Parts: sequence; structure tokens; C-alpha cells
Amino acid sequence: MMQPGARPKRGVPEGLWIRCPNCRNTIFRKEAEQRLNVCPECDYHFHLPARERIKQLLDQDSFEEWFTDLRSLDPLQFSDRIPYPERLKQEMAKTGLKEAAVVGRGYIRGRPVVIGITDFLFMAGSMGSVVGEKLTRAVEEATRLRLPLVIVSGSGGGARMQEAILSLMQMAKVSAALARFDSAGGLYICVLTNPTMGGAAASFAGLGDIVLAEPGAMIGFAGKRTIWATVRLELPEEFQSSEFLLRHGFIDRIVHRKDLRTELARLIDYCERPGVRTHTVAG
Amino acid sequence: MAPQHRLPFEEPTAELEAVLARLEASTNPNQDHSEEIRRIRKELTALKRRIFSNLTAWQTVLVARHPERPQFLDYQELIFEDFTELHGDRAFGDDRAIRAGFARLGDFKVMLIGHHKGRNLKERNECLYGCAHPEGYRKALNKMKLAAKFGLPVICLIDTPGAYPGIGAEERGQAQLIATNLMEMSRLPTPIICIVIGEGGSGGALGIGVGDRISMLEFAYYSVISPEGCAGILFKEANEQTKAKAAEALKLTSRDLARLGILDDIIPEPLGGAHCDHREMANNLKTYLLRYLRELSEIPINDLLERRYQKFRRIGVFEEGLAEAARELAQELPPGRQAM
Repeated sequence: MMQPGARPKRGVPEGLWIRCPNCRNTIFRKEAEQRLNVCPECDYHFHLPARERIKQLLDQDSFEEWFTDLRSLDPLQFSDRIPYPERLKQEMAKTGLKEAAVVGRGYIRGRPVVIGITDFLFMAGSMGSVVGEKLTRAVEEATRLRLPLVIVSGSGGGARMQEAILSLMQMAKVSAALARFDSAGGLYICVLTNPTMGGAAASFAGLGDIVLAEPGAMIGFAGKRTIWATVRLELPEEFQSSEFLLRHGFIDRIVHRKDLRTELARLIDYCERPGVRTHTVAG
Repeated sequence: MAPQHRLPFEEPTAELEAVLARLEASTNPNQDHSEEIRRIRKELTALKRRIFSNLTAWQTVLVARHPERPQFLDYQELIFEDFTELHGDRAFGDDRAIRAGFARLGDFKVMLIGHHKGRNLKERNECLYGCAHPEGYRKALNKMKLAAKFGLPVICLIDTPGAYPGIGAEERGQAQLIATNLMEMSRLPTPIICIVIGEGGSGGALGIGVGDRISMLEFAYYSVISPEGCAGILFKEANEQTKAKAAEALKLTSRDLARLGILDDIIPEPLGGAHCDHREMANNLKTYLLRYLRELSEIPINDLLERRYQKFRRIGVFEEGLAEAARELAQELPPGRQAM
């Protein structure tokens, strides 16, 4: 499927050696990759592409991807520096993904889950019609199948500007689906990764029964530049970081990438209700 | 009375209005100006109609932001009776950018909620131009739940450039509070009517914008990002030209939203925009609200909630399945074989 030369970028840039943006140490790329794209010196969590995330979180070969043939259109004939359809093509070539969200079903240490991932590398993980539709369908499927839902957000772009008001309305759409899932008693765990901002943070990524975050992720509503331009004050240390949100009471746990799978499995077990099947695939 | 503040494209009407004012003020009993006054009035009406039926997207934004445009408190005074404000968010503080309270409209008792931008400097400082903090969204939801408990419908009047981008807002969970409102409003068991009366600024607007009717005043706008913000991203600089281009690209006018299938209704504004005649605007809005309060209150709650869900569920433009596969296949084939 993939063209040679269009190999998807790892979160760690190409080349044998890379520099960690956090500790500034030069590190061996292979070593970071072996450590789940985490800096061996300072534990900085590099970006993790959606496919890698699936490999890390789900049991081997257990992932069944859904709704792969949804494609964005260009209802507004929007052009940023290049026309939107062109931009989409470039992003597909760059990432090997068809859109910023990947959804489906899989197992976490033997526990069946519905999972959704938004990938920052594809248009900053922003939510347009397709991302909104995929996440909404995933939530609806989780409701129908009575499975726990895990969404790993890497949506730094919030609602996608290129689809304007349609993107904004996806926030309401997916939140409404999550309301039904919640009313039906479903367990929803959000995992916030770097970065989760704007319309994503203000919809699906803010609505988990349990909210986890990777260390050092940037999470918030307004962008730092916008805030600075409004208040003209120096922003507090660690502003809008996972640690900042934990301190202010908006997330439950900061979880190192290497522990994420185990933690998810444990949390799912805690929320398992007697009489409700969760260890076999329903439907 | 003619508005004090004039938008650039309203200038052509200034001259005629000045002549009209002079004639009307004339007290000379020997001269009868009535014929001329009638003629100028007619001309003025035609001119305004011409200007306002051809507004660009950016001009619409300017009308929506007109300093004399009626705001939440104007409508509250002109349309509703016995407004009883409820201030408490039960957690942090009273956000003056969002107002909430019981009110009566005809035979209906309602919960009236909305952004207030401020009509003078004092109000504006207090309301931060209608940019709400998390406590505002929390207050709004708290009062909506109260309304649902006692079977009152909810009316949300939306008018905000956006949720407040500040340090305190982030510390107190701006994103999380907005998200919670989207989720809870989608299943609130009472009718909700949402009207964008001026600015519909992104998540800050949507935060009180999920309901059974989503409508806009004719010259309001509703957008995922401000034209200024969009211009900054697209053209690296926000000036008059780039802001106009960005506004155009964002498809943010009531007509655009209706075309995209997002809007239920466009509520007409008086000639020259709502700022020209608060009373007429309020009457139009009142008629609209009464009609849909009546209509929505007759729908069984379960049906209402199902319709509300489907209303948002169907929003989105994409393609799926075979059509896409066929198109990709066609692209891969050499041009000569496509005809087959």
C-alpha cells in the first residue's frame, strides 16, 4: 500500500541521532524507539503515530479497524495556502493515514474495547466531518456492543478550520453520542497526549469517566499566543501541561507511556459490573 | 432615531438622513416639506435595502458587532416580563458575561440564558465583551438543569466573540466546562431554543448552543474561528483585506449556514439591521420564540430528545464506500481507458 519514500514519519525525526526538545541531549534514535518513543535521558514523550499507538496498547493483531473508507470532501472550497483537497492528499502521503482519526475494536490485555485515536501528524489531529463521524460511530458502536471506550487524543488542532462551522458542529455531534453512551452505563476513558487543544479538549477529550494524560502533554482550550495577546501577562510555569491540569483537578492520573496498557486494563476491571460481559466480544 | 455609530458602508445613507432630519426639524409654517420628506424617505429605504441585501461576509460581521446592536439585556427588557436573575454557579463565582434567570413570555415560564457583551464601558468591563469564563458555562448548565427539573423550556441567546482566553479560564477548566455543556444539553429533558443574536464565536457560542432549534438573526454570524484569527493563520497578518477574505472563506453568515444545513431558521432584521430599530427586532424575535415554544412544548420529551440527537448526528459532509473506491480506481487508470 505504502509508496517507497512515503514511509510514515516516526515521532522521532529521521536520522540516526536526534535531539530531545526537552533535555537537549543527543540521543540514539533506535534507543528512543525501543523505549516507545520516549527520551531515555529525561522521559520526554515524543509523538507516537496512531499505528504505533495501536501496537503498543492493544494485544498483538487484535485490532479490527472500522470505517476506513470515509473521506473528507471540500464543501466550503476552502483554500489555506493550498486548496484543502491538496492539503488532504499531502497529509495522507506524509502519514500513511486516510484521516486524522483511526477507530476500531481490539483487546487490551484480553479485555475487549472500542478504541479511537487522533493523530497529531495528520493536520494537527484536527476534527472535521470525517474525524467527527468516525468518533461518533465508534461511540455508537461501543454503546451497541456494550464495550468500554478508550479515546487517545492527539488533537492539537481542535476543530478543523478548513471545514469551518461543520467542524464546530462535530463537537456537539460526538458529545451527544457520548451522552448516550454515558446514559447507557458505558465506561469511557480518555487518554490525553501531546497536544490536545481547543475543540477537541472542549468536546470528546474532556468527557471521560476517567481522564488520563501522558506526562508533559500540552492540554488546554485557547492557544498560548492568543492568551498572551489578550492578557499580556507572563504565563505560569508548566501552564497548560498535564502536570498543571492534574494540579487544578481536571485529570485523574498522569501515566507514563510504558504503563498505559496496564493502567487501562486495571481501570477497566475496576469499572466492570457484575453480570455485564466485558471479557468476551459481544455482538 | 438614526444610530450614532456608522459603519463604513452605511455612509451613503448619512447624507440623505441629514437632509431628512433638517426638513423634519424645519418649523417654517409657510413651507410645506411633506412631499419632499416622503420622497427622501422612499429613497433612503431603497438605498438601505440595496446595501443590506448585498452585504459581504465581513460587512455582516461588522453589523453583528455594531455597538448599538441590541444585546441580551435589551431583549430581556423588550420581550420578557418578570425577569428574575439567578447568579450562582455553585463553585467559583458569578460570571457577568453569561446571564441566567426565570422569565415570562406570553403564557410561558422560561429559563432565559445568554451572553451579555455590555452596552457601555462599565458593563463591558464587567462582561468582558461577552467572553465567558468556565463559571459562566457552569452557571448556565446549572440553571438549565433547574429548568428541566420544573418543566420550563430554555432559551439561549448567543452573542460572544469567543470564550475568554485567559490564565484563570484555563486554570478553571474552560475546555472541560464547555465539553460538559455540549454533552448535557444534548440530553437535557426540556425544550431548548438557541438563537445567535450577534456574534457566534466558536466553542464559546456552542457552549450554550445545543438545542432543538438553532437559529440566527439575519445579520448575525457563527464561526469556528474569528475572521481575525483565521486571517492570521491564512495570510500571516490580519488587516482589512485579509479579514474580509477570511470571513468570506469561513462561510459564517446566516445564509451560508442555512445552505450548509446547520440552521433551522433565519430571523429577519429590520431594514438597515437590528441596531436601527430595537423594538421591531425584539418583536420579530418574540414572534419567533412564541411560535417554537408552542410547537416544541407539544412534542413528547423522548421524541424531542431523539430529534435533537439526530439534528446534530447528521451534520457533516464526507463521502464513503464504493463511490470513493471507483474514483480512486479511475484516477489510477490511464486517461484513454477511463471512458470504459
